[in-house]
Amino acid sequence: MLLKTFTRGGVHPEENKRSSGSPIRRVAIPKTVTVPLAQHIGAPADPLVAKGDKVKAGQLIARGQSFISANVHAPVSGTVTKIDDFPDSSGYRKKAIQIETEGDEWIETIDRDSAVDLQIKLTKEEILARIQEMGIVGMGGATFPTHVKMMVPQGKKAEFLVINGVECEPYLTSDHRLMLERGEELMTGTRILMMALGVDKAYIGIENNKADAIEHLTGLSKKFAGITVVPLKVKYPQGGEKQLIKAILNREVPSGKLPIETGCVVQNVGTAVAVYEAVQKNKPLIERVVTVTGKSVKDPCNLLVRIGTPVSLLLEEAGGIPDDTRKVINGGPMMGKALGMVEVPVVKGMSGITVMPGKEANRPKVHNCIRCARCTFACPMGLAPYLIAQMAEAHLEESAEAERVMDCIECGSCSFVCPSGRPLLDNIRVAKSKVGQLIRSRAK
Amino acid sequence: MANLLTISGSPHVHGDQSIRKIMWGVVAALVPALLVSFWYFGIGAFIITAVAVLSCMVTEYLVQKYILKGQPSLSDGSAVITGLLLAMNVPSNLPWWMMVIGSVVTIAVAKMSFGGLGKNPFNPALIGRVFLLISFPVAMTSWPLPIQNRWVLTDVVTGPTSLGVIKEGLDKGESLGSLISKVPSYAEMLIGNMGGSLGEVSALAILLGGLYMIFRRIITWHIPVSYILTVFLFTGILYLVDPAKFIDPLFHLLAGGLMLGAVFMATDMVTSPMSKNGMLVFGLGCGILTVLIRVWGAYPEGVSFAILIMNAFVPLINKGFKPSKFGKEVKHG
Amino acid sequence: MRINAPYNMNSAIILTVATLSVLGIVSAVVLYFIAQKFKVIEDPRIDAIVEVLPAANCGGCGYAGCRNFAEAIVKNESLENMYCPVGGNDVLKRIGPIIGQVAVEKDPMIAVLRCNGSYAHAPLKSAYDGISSCFFMHSLFSGENGCPYGCLGGGDCVEACTFDAMYMDKETGLPVIVQDKCVACGACVKACPRNIIELRPKGKKDRRIFVSCVNKEKGAVGKKNCEVVCIGCGKCVKECKFDAITMENNLAYIHADKCTLCRKCVAVCPTGSIHELNFPERKKPLAETETAEVSNL
Repeated sequence: MLLKTFTRGGVHPEENKRSSGSPIRRVAIPKTVTVPLAQHIGAPADPLVAKGDKVKAGQLIARGQSFISANVHAPVSGTVTKIDDFPDSSGYRKKAIQIETEGDEWIETIDRDSAVDLQIKLTKEEILARIQEMGIVGMGGATFPTHVKMMVPQGKKAEFLVINGVECEPYLTSDHRLMLERGEELMTGTRILMMALGVDKAYIGIENNKADAIEHLTGLSKKFAGITVVPLKVKYPQGGEKQLIKAILNREVPSGKLPIETGCVVQNVGTAVAVYEAVQKNKPLIERVVTVTGKSVKDPCNLLVRIGTPVSLLLEEAGGIPDDTRKVINGGPMMGKALGMVEVPVVKGMSGITVMPGKEANRPKVHNCIRCARCTFACPMGLAPYLIAQMAEAHLEESAEAERVMDCIECGSCSFVCPSGRPLLDNIRVAKSKVGQLIRSRAK
Repeated sequence: MANLLTISGSPHVHGDQSIRKIMWGVVAALVPALLVSFWYFGIGAFIITAVAVLSCMVTEYLVQKYILKGQPSLSDGSAVITGLLLAMNVPSNLPWWMMVIGSVVTIAVAKMSFGGLGKNPFNPALIGRVFLLISFPVAMTSWPLPIQNRWVLTDVVTGPTSLGVIKEGLDKGESLGSLISKVPSYAEMLIGNMGGSLGEVSALAILLGGLYMIFRRIITWHIPVSYILTVFLFTGILYLVDPAKFIDPLFHLLAGGLMLGAVFMATDMVTSPMSKNGMLVFGLGCGILTVLIRVWGAYPEGVSFAILIMNAFVPLINKGFKPSKFGKEVKHG
Repeated sequence: MRINAPYNMNSAIILTVATLSVLGIVSAVVLYFIAQKFKVIEDPRIDAIVEVLPAANCGGCGYAGCRNFAEAIVKNESLENMYCPVGGNDVLKRIGPIIGQVAVEKDPMIAVLRCNGSYAHAPLKSAYDGISSCFFMHSLFSGENGCPYGCLGGGDCVEACTFDAMYMDKETGLPVIVQDKCVACGACVKACPRNIIELRPKGKKDRRIFVSCVNKEKGAVGKKNCEVVCIGCGKCVKECKFDAITMENNLAYIHADKCTLCRKCVAVCPTGSIHELNFPERKKPLAETETAEVSNL
């Protein structure tokens, strides 16, 4: 059987899914949590609490004020000790609420019963309001506020919902375990999202290296109307929104436009489960599954952690930071952000921590471009990375814009495949940033 | 954790491709042709190949260290390849000092003066070959015939290549029918039992090398196939028009440097286009030019010149044939 | 045109010479008329000004090249707000008579690096691996020494300088501005993504004092990353008798127009964040602080 896939470009990094057999387990609640106010795309939330306030787990502690923003809730119960700037994954200090943990008391409105509730009792508008209230954002890493994503703009029509269970990043397995262990919640969450979008067909895309998840969800899908599981060929970046839509629906999102142009909205499986918990259990987004993995990690695992837990705690839980560690990455090796220190908090978009020992972390030596065009063949968006990188180095921003640099999804396939070890994506990012500035200055 | 953590932009892993792997892959693909050339041309072939490779490597090292004052990078294997390809393009009895001059021109002028690896617009080995051809026309056109005693470096028996026989004969007014009897049979040309440069004699060995490179994904099929197919069709049309004046297409494929050119020289990454459609057009252009030069031009062999001319068009081809971008038109499947 | 003459060497030469001469004369006449018809009438003053300008075409004046600058002067009929940093006051004085204006003398300016976060003062907390672009590093992370305002050492400023007035000091990891070559064109100021370089007056006898820090964090936070950070203590503001120093966002700023170069602020700064350039050695060395780095280039 020929598996569906996207037709342009793509690479095959080593899968290294060493944590895929490790069931999700909870991590002990830390003594202090640091909850950043900007864990999502858009304006940071405004704090509603002050120093010294006592909070309960699940309580709203910051409200998103602008259109594209999200609420933030207390992940633990305790006392607010500081509302100040704390370093995040980038090393820059951003406003966060620090809470000293006391016990584990939750607010009364949350239903803590773990039995799966399949009955959806809310209307479409109530669902969207609940998603916003509970601070749900895209859990695949992009952290776009979900309630905004689910709103269909005037003049556009939604035909399908696509659930992204691809997890094409090497090493990461949190979505895989969610699909295996919380399948019914996932399916119910999918149905809730279908109602919110006003569609009756949904597809769940899963890469073929997760055969057990495909089998499990295909079996479940018989009980849930309108949901079809689609196995996909293993190719990076199959999990990219545009590539996923191309593979499943054979439609290409036009340049510069959103997926709704092709009639669908894409959501991550983690988001779907969080939506289930929000709508059925009244539970806000205060914890998530984080994969801690790497070739040198003693116990690669999938941990259910409270937002705000320091990453150092997760590494300890996975057997301690290995001695020869050179890189600790927030995310996977293809698109993740390298951390400068491990005292950063877990945020809503942190799907995994990848540890790299010295040899693996070293970038290859850089040579001249040998014009082999492997980068061009690998680019899933049909761009010419060698050309854009050249233009970036020569400060030719307008030419880079003409080469459609703004279409770049920063997947890293070009740098991955370059035999000369050239840092193509670094240069392309510079071009993208400068062209973005140029476009904004024109709009003024 | 005693060490500092490293921060860099993503991606944080790299595929297994490297320049070294590509270069040594090409060397491996050349091995069949090399062995055939040693077999048919004896120790002379081995010596000239060694001289070429060594001179190229030494030239590159000296230029990088003393003129460019940079880090010598011989380990990437590109000088070795250029040396091998240059040797494949010359007769096995070429005086060694001519080979040294040719290597110096190839590396220092055709490659390093443009900025080193990846910056040259023209195929360096072909530049070297054409330079030698124009500077030492007699030495470069005395093609040894396959020799009897391969271990002795004696004066070899030379003669024109098969293409040369045909061209000169036609110019003199002889008929094609009588000329065909003077050239080796197709079987002999396929295996390599004929006069010519080191690399051009055995079409079979070259084909094997080409298939290996395609299998290893070092090159794609586009350039060799479009080049060879164009030559075949063009000469085929000519042959159908007037079989008495134009020799048949199979002869064109097997004689001369077409196989070597299409598989190893035209596919040189640095000097060939960067999109699949562009590669097809490149091969088409090379094919047309090759036939034009072979049939109506002054030289019996047109491959080197055809490829060099098309190298000049590559920037234009790159501009005109960019890969189709994602989401250009809204497609509903 | 038939030539009824025997074809021999002489007639060939005569014919060639005649043909080429006629061609030449016809072309000259045609070109003359075309040149007259498409002539661009330009104010001759523009050319006169361009003659005077240094022809560096660096954009330091804010215009696209020397000719553009000259055109703007003639168009506005004024020298107000027009300054050529490369030519300086000399050039302005010579342009003045061309348009009949008097040039106002401006203080010569120079680029100043407002950061002293060298490897010694701000030790590395992480190791960067990637392209040497400050623009990229700034968007990627806060910096190898952790200070989110400090110099990243990538060299975007050095690359932007067209007057060879900057180089990267490998010992400190900071760029160095060569006083004699800097013409204050502002290219490095634009290139720095963290606005660490400032154009300040060169000062009397080339002496200048400035706060070599742009960190706006609270003192305790800033000190975690760099020992010569401005901690916003305000001692300099109190000490200055000329009201030349203001404090905003935990960062002191010395206003060059009010500064009399008395150096009292340098002496009281507890972290050594204020720099004095091109002054003679003090008779009494500065007490508890690390001596502010004095560069005499």
